[in-house]
Amino acid sequence: MNVHEHQGKEILRRFGVATPRGKVAFSVDEAVAGAEELGGEVWVVKAQIHAGGRGKGGGVKLARSIEEVRAHANEILGMTLVTHQTGPAGKLVQRLYVEEGCDIARELYVGVLLDRANGRVVIMASTEGGMDIEEVAAHSPEKIHKVWIDPAIGFAAFQARQLAFALGLTDKVQQRSAAKFFRGLYDAYVECDCSMAEINPLVVTGAGDVMALDAKLNFDSNALYRHPDILAMRDLSEEDPSEVEAGKHGLSFIKLDGSIGCLVNGAGLAMATMDTIKLYGAEPANFLDVGGGATAEKVASAFGIITSDPAVKAIFVNIFGGIMKCDVIAEGVIAAVTTTGLDVPLIVRLQGTNADRGKALLAESGLNIIAVNTMAEGAEAAVAATKG
Amino acid sequence: MSILVNKDTRLLVQGITGKHGSFHTGQAIEYGTNVVGGVVPGKGGTKSSHGVPIFNTVREAMAATGANATSIYVPPPFAADAILEAIDAEVPVIITITEGIPVRDMVPVQKALEASNSRLVGPNCPGVITPGECKIGIMPGHIHLPGKIGVLSRSGTLTYEAVGQLTALNIGQSTCVGIGGDPIIGTKFVDVVKLFGEDPDTIGFIMIGEIGGSAEEEGAAWIKANLGTSKPIVGFIAGQTAPPGRRMGHAGAIVSGGQGTAQGKMDAMTDAGITVVQSPSDMGTAMVRLLEERGLLAEARA
Repeated sequence: MNVHEHQGKEILRRFGVATPRGKVAFSVDEAVAGAEELGGEVWVVKAQIHAGGRGKGGGVKLARSIEEVRAHANEILGMTLVTHQTGPAGKLVQRLYVEEGCDIARELYVGVLLDRANGRVVIMASTEGGMDIEEVAAHSPEKIHKVWIDPAIGFAAFQARQLAFALGLTDKVQQRSAAKFFRGLYDAYVECDCSMAEINPLVVTGAGDVMALDAKLNFDSNALYRHPDILAMRDLSEEDPSEVEAGKHGLSFIKLDGSIGCLVNGAGLAMATMDTIKLYGAEPANFLDVGGGATAEKVASAFGIITSDPAVKAIFVNIFGGIMKCDVIAEGVIAAVTTTGLDVPLIVRLQGTNADRGKALLAESGLNIIAVNTMAEGAEAAVAATKG
Repeated sequence: MSILVNKDTRLLVQGITGKHGSFHTGQAIEYGTNVVGGVVPGKGGTKSSHGVPIFNTVREAMAATGANATSIYVPPPFAADAILEAIDAEVPVIITITEGIPVRDMVPVQKALEASNSRLVGPNCPGVITPGECKIGIMPGHIHLPGKIGVLSRSGTLTYEAVGQLTALNIGQSTCVGIGGDPIIGTKFVDVVKLFGEDPDTIGFIMIGEIGGSAEEEGAAWIKANLGTSKPIVGFIAGQTAPPGRRMGHAGAIVSGGQGTAQGKMDAMTDAGITVVQSPSDMGTAMVRLLEERGLLAEARA
């Protein structure tokens, strides 16, 4: 799960991570009131969307007067911001963050995540602030400094010093400020079950303070049950409505751009089904894993979500029954089709537990279903159906 | 003729009275797996619905039953602790089926494993089966056929897909291992590749990877350095069409920053002499073709 920048900073402040002061605003008047409350002479008006690259897209603007705050807020709020992370459709800006201006001497980078190679949390720091860390890793990996945290020892003081020196933060004030920052960031990552905590840029002010100018936090969805406060920060308007709906039914669903809807059990098989469709010359409309213990109701809701996409020209149901019984799936499919109707060709492949009983049920239903025996046959039939 | 589990496996089930633990224990016993005990804190001294004796701790269960493997069906908030308990009791093989364990909980488990002789398979995996001998996990037993081809996968149903194809072609399996799709797993792709590579009774294997991480590349590198083309190996990577930056169901299945792409994995596998198929429907037939070319088909069907 993602949160907005202002929410990420609110969480980080609880752990002693320094950030500029700021106010969240849902209207132009609130933005102006926020700026007045913050005081000072320079403010930054920032679009709050769940995507990076906001500055380049025109979603972050500097204001030198309250009038300018109002003008920028007016412009940014309600705009559709297109960045390299939003896709061409962009994202509607529905909230702003007004921050006090900050005297930036240097821009750096720090990120915390899990290193899958060794199962340890790794803290990465780089002098290349403001740049995409993946680009830095590709072109100048020597500029990225890493420390790995041993879970039995925790984040040691010397590791914080190593990172600070590697970033050229050498004087006493900077060392102390950086160490406190890194420790707070690491503690927040661990305590809040983050899957990523990225500060880009991390800035050093003219006075030598180290501060988070931006903050991107991601959370492990398997751990949200122990963080109701973070779960409450979820902004559903930032997510695809069909993915939100699927989540309510316990379905793993990702909307894609193709024309063939897929209903599959298991993440690996679901990906393989998409691949097979592509091999036969079409694109999948979605990734959908109904999970291991799917019921007829779950299958019916999955059907509803797939058919609500007007781009879907055919549906391919690909089930390898293990614990999940094919006759139960067949019942779900029949129930969904008879209650909601179906305007597009339906191709069904049932294999594994009770496959024969499932196939018999489909045949007896009298519904217009194309039954196939293999994944390849199913994909071929689905592609042919969209082109027919 | 197998790896990890066989007819001599004496199995414990942690969480044997829960919905999943109870159901799959019944299935395992029906398949012929020797389930010697269950572990449920507070229910020690009683018996499960299958008549299996229940113990309060894994140590007690080990002492009383001489178990040499355990399966874990404990719910996610308590599952990492259950694994730690199994490691502490020095169970040699720990197979964790539970899906949805927070990554933070798995970090200390990984550390504990490094200092132990236990092998963890999973979490969030379908389990391990040596057809005709021992079934641990949630896979449907009836699709399997005893034989000499190994199957290795990060995913559940895609493993069944490969097994189903092999069985339909009358090619039996030595052992089928689902290692799970989480970011931290005990047994990695390369570990199972080594086990299959070194098992004299596994004459070839299918390895099924997916996008994300670099596990398949490591497996391919080991094969290139140690096996060459001495065993027929068929490979497939799921997620060739997955959009970058999106997590495809499994927590670990994500292409980010150009890392973990299907193409990179397929190239590494091809470079190691593995026969990589584009279509998952071709895994079985590709294996038959390889076995035939090398004069191994009769042995594979023996």
